[in-house]
Amino acid sequence: MAKKVNSPLEKKKSGVRSVTKKNFVTYLIVIVFYAVFQTLTATGHLKNAYQSLLVPICYSVVMAVSLNLVVGVLGELSLGHAGFMCVGAYCGAFFSVITKDVLMTDWLRFVLAMLIGAAVAALAGVIIGIPVLRLKGDYLAIVTLAFGEIIKTVVNVLYIGKDASGFHIAMSTKNLDMAEDGLLILNGPQGITGTPKSSNFTIGFILVMLTLLIVTNLMDSRTGRAIMSIRDNRIAAESIGIDVTKYKLMAFVIAAAIAGCAGVLYAHNLNALTANTNNFGYNMSIMILVYVVLGGLGSVRGSVIAATILYALPELFRGVGQYRMLLYAIVLIVMMIVNNGAFFVQMKEKALYNIRSGKKNNAKEAA
Amino acid sequence: MKFLSQLISGISLGSIYALIALGYTMVYGIAKMLNFAHGDVIMVGAFVVYTACVKGGMNPALGVLIAIAFCTVLGVVIERLAYKPLRQAASLAVLITAIGVSYFLQNMALLIFGSDTKQFSSVVSLKPITLAGGSLTISGEIVTTIIVSVVIMIALTLFVNKTKPGKAMRAVSEDKGAAQLMGINVNGMISLTFAIGSALAAIAGALMCSTYPALSPYAGAMPGIKAFVAAVFGGIGSIPGAMVGGVLLGVIENLSKGYISSQLSDAIVFGVLIIVLLVKPTGIMGKKINEKV
Repeated sequence: MAKKVNSPLEKKKSGVRSVTKKNFVTYLIVIVFYAVFQTLTATGHLKNAYQSLLVPICYSVVMAVSLNLVVGVLGELSLGHAGFMCVGAYCGAFFSVITKDVLMTDWLRFVLAMLIGAAVAALAGVIIGIPVLRLKGDYLAIVTLAFGEIIKTVVNVLYIGKDASGFHIAMSTKNLDMAEDGLLILNGPQGITGTPKSSNFTIGFILVMLTLLIVTNLMDSRTGRAIMSIRDNRIAAESIGIDVTKYKLMAFVIAAAIAGCAGVLYAHNLNALTANTNNFGYNMSIMILVYVVLGGLGSVRGSVIAATILYALPELFRGVGQYRMLLYAIVLIVMMIVNNGAFFVQMKEKALYNIRSGKKNNAKEAA
Repeated sequence: MKFLSQLISGISLGSIYALIALGYTMVYGIAKMLNFAHGDVIMVGAFVVYTACVKGGMNPALGVLIAIAFCTVLGVVIERLAYKPLRQAASLAVLITAIGVSYFLQNMALLIFGSDTKQFSSVVSLKPITLAGGSLTISGEIVTTIIVSVVIMIALTLFVNKTKPGKAMRAVSEDKGAAQLMGINVNGMISLTFAIGSALAAIAGALMCSTYPALSPYAGAMPGIKAFVAAVFGGIGSIPGAMVGGVLLGVIENLSKGYISSQLSDAIVFGVLIIVLLVKPTGIMGKKINEKV
């Protein structure tokens, strides 16, 4: 009797362990990756061209993991994730440029820039999330897309300058009305130039680890389970008293803040920051979505691996570069049909059934 | 006069949006899916016209006909290969597949035609019309676009409301199961819808590139998204809604280009979408759908 009572508890214990173990494998993969490439760089075995891939891989991973929180864990399709990256990048770069001569050590400024980028991106997440999350499915996807495009468009027409009398904001250089010696910080489509180049692989690695810690712990927490229950059945979740709006917004805002951090990392890896379709627009959002889908919806480790491989591969094999996108598109379609198509799902179930019943028969025969 | 000419070119742009939005709205009505690749079918149509007329030196009318045929087949093939296996799947899966198809078409065009912007020559040979003693000139493209769109919309409305296939189509969009029991070929109707939508997209592509003669593999993406906005604006699933939404959106876009800021016009268009969805999520003419548990 006592054994029977204990068994569910034991089961639960081992369940917790397996989750932790799974997370540690993910952390370990990232740590080993970092250690290997850091050693290769230090000993001079890694070509410069490959070294320059390391930071972009880091922010791609961070973006993929944070989008996975929205698409995989919350179950809502967001097509404007790059917009939050854009907000973070511009705010972080803006802060770094204005405090370049005034402030402190490099790392302190960078940490502050990171925090500011995350905070403003989170704020953008709240402002966008409140109206957007009232919608569902296709509508939600298209509105996030619209917001992403709006952010990109607005950033491209903003001019911000600074002189003795303070900041000037306008929609064109003429209207800026700035003193002669003023500094033009944000120059419309030309963006922000002169951002200190403080991103490096170590910082990227730390950011990836932080992101993983936050997202995996969130997923294993009460909050995370509430979010997943909304994905699996919104109405059932609502009926047992889960505040759907609150948890939806929470997941959305956390993902936005993390994307903002990725943006800050991105901005500090470049000399000139501009916003176009390929870095902050629709294309980037889709690219990250491809990472998430191919890595597996809801799988953090999958996102990490997919983002790393898919970012690095085309750079490593320059020759197939032009077919890369075509290949991605085909893989995306085939993946979706194989995973969700009625024909394949039935086939899978049949195969599973056969395996199971086969095992049973074997066991019977053995007995 | 500036206002009037802005208004007229807005209506012309809006008619193009309306033609594209009809494709979205009909497919959404019947297959309950958002065909993200629809915008890229426009681009394919325009490229077929470009190849036939500018490169091949064919008669523009013939080129447009070839484009219509090509896109019709393309639309049906896309539906059969990519969307049909996912008929019962979750909407997220279908949407991601549609994005995949859109990406596929864009990159296929990129491989075949290259990324540089092509100079499209107009398929319209109508002379500009001068009104009000020369102070108002309307280009032939604008006149043709408006006339063609009006004719197509009337024909489509008659088709959907008066003919047997149209009736079958409405039945399928209302209730697939019941329609099947009545002996309607549901898959055939869905294919027909994709065929009509894609044919309209081809016409829209030819008209759009005649008015705005720059063609690139990405040319379809933005008008596609805006046309979707128009379809949502008018109430997705509703045919008259798509027409009204398209024209209104075109007018809004052109007026904000002319009077507010040409760079911000996209942001304004998307802002309109957001406001519409927040105030009346079903759009101007959409029906409210009750959620069943």
